[in-house]
Amino acid sequence: MGRITLDKVTKSFGDVEVIPPLDLTIEDGEFTVFVGPSGCGKSTLLRLIAGLEDITSGQIRIDGNDATSVPPARRGLAMVFQSYALYPHMSVRKNIAFPLRMAKLDQAEIDRRVEGAASVLNLADYIDRKPGQLSGGQRQRVAIGRAIVREPAAFLFDEPLSNLDAALRVGMRLEISELHKRLETTMIYVTHDQVEAMTMADKIVVLRAGHIEQVGSPLELYRTPRNLFVAGFIGSPRMNLISGPEAEKHGCHTLGIRPEHIEVSAEGGPWSGVVGVSEHLGSDTFFHIHDTGLDETITVRADGEVGFSHGDRVSLTPREDVMHRFGADGLRMA
Amino acid sequence: MATKASRSAARLMMAPAVILLLGWMLVPLTMTLWFSFRRYLPLRGGDQGWTGFDNYVRFVTSSAFWPAVQATLVIVGGVLIITVCLGVLLAILLDQPMWGQGIVRVLVIAPFFVMPTVSALVWKNMFMDPVNGLFAHVWRFFGAEPLSWLSEASMPSIILIVSWQWLPFATLILLTAIQSLDSEQLEAAEMDGAPKLKQFWFIILPHLSRAITIVILIQTIFLLSIFAEIFVTTGGAFGTRTLTYLIFQRVLESQNVGLGSAGGVYAIILANIVALFLMRIVGKNLDN
Amino acid sequence: MARTVTARRKAINTAIAWTIGLLIFFPILWTILTSFKTEAEAIASPPSFLFFDWTLENYAVVQERSNYMRFLWNSVIIAVGSTILGIIIAVPAAWSMAFVPSKRTKDILLWMLSTKMLPAVGVLYPIYLIFIRMGILDSRAGLVVVLMLINLPIIVWMLYTYFKEIPGEILEAARMDGATLKSEILYVLTPMAIPGIASTVLLNIILAWNEAFWTLNLTAANAAPLTAFIASYSSPEGLFYAKLSAASTMAIAPILILGWFSQKQLVRGLTFGAVK
Repeated sequence: MGRITLDKVTKSFGDVEVIPPLDLTIEDGEFTVFVGPSGCGKSTLLRLIAGLEDITSGQIRIDGNDATSVPPARRGLAMVFQSYALYPHMSVRKNIAFPLRMAKLDQAEIDRRVEGAASVLNLADYIDRKPGQLSGGQRQRVAIGRAIVREPAAFLFDEPLSNLDAALRVGMRLEISELHKRLETTMIYVTHDQVEAMTMADKIVVLRAGHIEQVGSPLELYRTPRNLFVAGFIGSPRMNLISGPEAEKHGCHTLGIRPEHIEVSAEGGPWSGVVGVSEHLGSDTFFHIHDTGLDETITVRADGEVGFSHGDRVSLTPREDVMHRFGADGLRMA
Repeated sequence: MATKASRSAARLMMAPAVILLLGWMLVPLTMTLWFSFRRYLPLRGGDQGWTGFDNYVRFVTSSAFWPAVQATLVIVGGVLIITVCLGVLLAILLDQPMWGQGIVRVLVIAPFFVMPTVSALVWKNMFMDPVNGLFAHVWRFFGAEPLSWLSEASMPSIILIVSWQWLPFATLILLTAIQSLDSEQLEAAEMDGAPKLKQFWFIILPHLSRAITIVILIQTIFLLSIFAEIFVTTGGAFGTRTLTYLIFQRVLESQNVGLGSAGGVYAIILANIVALFLMRIVGKNLDN
Repeated sequence: MARTVTARRKAINTAIAWTIGLLIFFPILWTILTSFKTEAEAIASPPSFLFFDWTLENYAVVQERSNYMRFLWNSVIIAVGSTILGIIIAVPAAWSMAFVPSKRTKDILLWMLSTKMLPAVGVLYPIYLIFIRMGILDSRAGLVVVLMLINLPIIVWMLYTYFKEIPGEILEAARMDGATLKSEILYVLTPMAIPGIASTVLLNIILAWNEAFWTLNLTAANAAPLTAFIASYSSPEGLFYAKLSAASTMAIAPILILGWFSQKQLVRGLTFGAVK
């Protein structure tokens, strides 16, 4: 079981309030991702849940029990750190066994569980090595192994993939998702990478300056961003945000249109401009269009075969049905 | 950042060290201050009451005071100049490619580990003895008349002994600093056409400035209170009585605790002025 | 990669460096050599460098005459004892400052360092008086405490700089893994800090071993360590070069060897981490 409830939680460092009053419920078995730009308070929030920092006011409940002043060791949560935080002087086996040793389990049980974790994560080949002899991906697995042996109520991940190279990151992303499907344990995952958030999460919590900007499933956030910040943050390349006369024409202060919802053609659309840089990804091409008469460069996603080049004059057709309209306050208009 | 629980644990675990050092600082300091305002001669009547600033005035106006200050400054200054200059040269030399670098470094560093009483005795007897010392042999070999070093050239002799002890320290720290110099900086300077001497002047020396400052400050603190070297060699005679030694004599030899304590307060003030500068530098280093 | 250096350049460097190195080391070398000479050879003119009858006699005489072993034992107890006591007090303090820093941590560290700069002579008499009152003048216990106190700031500082290099996340991981504060320090921090603790111990044994102000002034017969043993040779009746050399060699040999092992750490320790 692992239902975590934050009730009017705040956190201040001295006079600086990093988390203003915040309410959030994470359901049992849910994969929740905290995402936001660096310094948005997502890691602090995770550390508050872990108990590594005191909350300034409010309450944290785990499975209905008040955990606000319970020390981290007794919250029944396991954490995977950004740096993996493996104990360098212990072998992989000892690292994984450490939480069990601290819990004073008997040796047979410790061995059983370590073997179990090792086989789940394919650690058997290097179980007697020290962390210093392992690659980044292997260390990551050991850190996860150390977390799962405890059979915690929830797993906390603090940007666990940010130290891995791109290829490995994709692989580990799948492995962690796989693990979640198998264990069906609550997981809270902190990242600044919206691709990780979109691909892994059941529920995404978008944070900015300690505020929750929006909570929802990945597709909800993609389809109906609640405000300009979420609109700009979720989706890659980012949504085109247009203000000025063109927005007024659509009855709003800011008009949002995703690059994939604009069609580029030689002529015929309502907007036009000059092709600047084109980024060819093979399957897709991103065109950056200047001189559109709108107030900024428009990014357009087109099929990889569409062949405009630098300096070509093109015409743009936005899809009216998926336009996002935002008011002067930055909030989504109904 | 951490939790309340760990903060209170931290305070508790810091307490023994803080309390011990606080006691170590405050108790004797208070006593020294107390004595310095009293006429206190343990062997000649004991504590004879308050004298105000009498001890302070007497300490400064005694005929031994200014020579002692002068001796202190000459020794500290002389040793600093010698160790820093030779230290820089030696550090640069040791940084060059050579065979047996490790062994040379071990040889150069060795004097620092020799206890001050040993080094003073060895220098005094085996090198500076006017009859049997090695210097006397060398002088006679060249047909010169050997000197009685510690009485006829007492200050240079003491400075030589102390410099020998502290040169390794300066060299070691400066060498470490040189090795931390980014070699790309020198390569860039070379590409810019700077000759070796200019590279030394404009890149190596500025890079070393911080290490040199630290060497100067730390050595000053230790040198202000050198004791064994003088205790063993001249016993404060022949113009080598430093402030430290003068105070030592007032307190233990002439058993004038009040006067010695006043001197002690002067020494503490002096050391604190130096310490203040060191703190600034070390404190700055803590920030990054 | 660096360019290849011509063999000639390297040879010149080597020659100069070795000459200077041997020159600086010479007083120690000469002392060691003299300790193997007879008294007559030790003052022979001109002195012989290597070609003399090597003898161990001096060492035997020194031990017999001034009971070297007792002084050595005192030195060992005072140096090791004060260092161990210091480490026990400093490890928790350094842990606190490195991993639970507060606004005052820096001030406390600097203040600790400043106590190190208190000139000993300024507080000699009070300490002397306290020692007499407490009946610990000329006792090893008294010296252990004093040397622990004068070196405690350096021990705390060194441990602090080493602990600072241990990522806090690892200790947090231990906390998440259910470790108590005691297990955290015992099973995670200490094993990781072993190299740092070892060099702190080494440097402080060296400093305590060579400390010559308090050991000379607070001891007489019972607790006198090697610094006092050697100082006793400064009186005229002790003036035998070969024996003085043997005694000196015996006094410095243990620490010279220890010192060579810890030269790297020495820099960090003595500059309080300001030069790395």
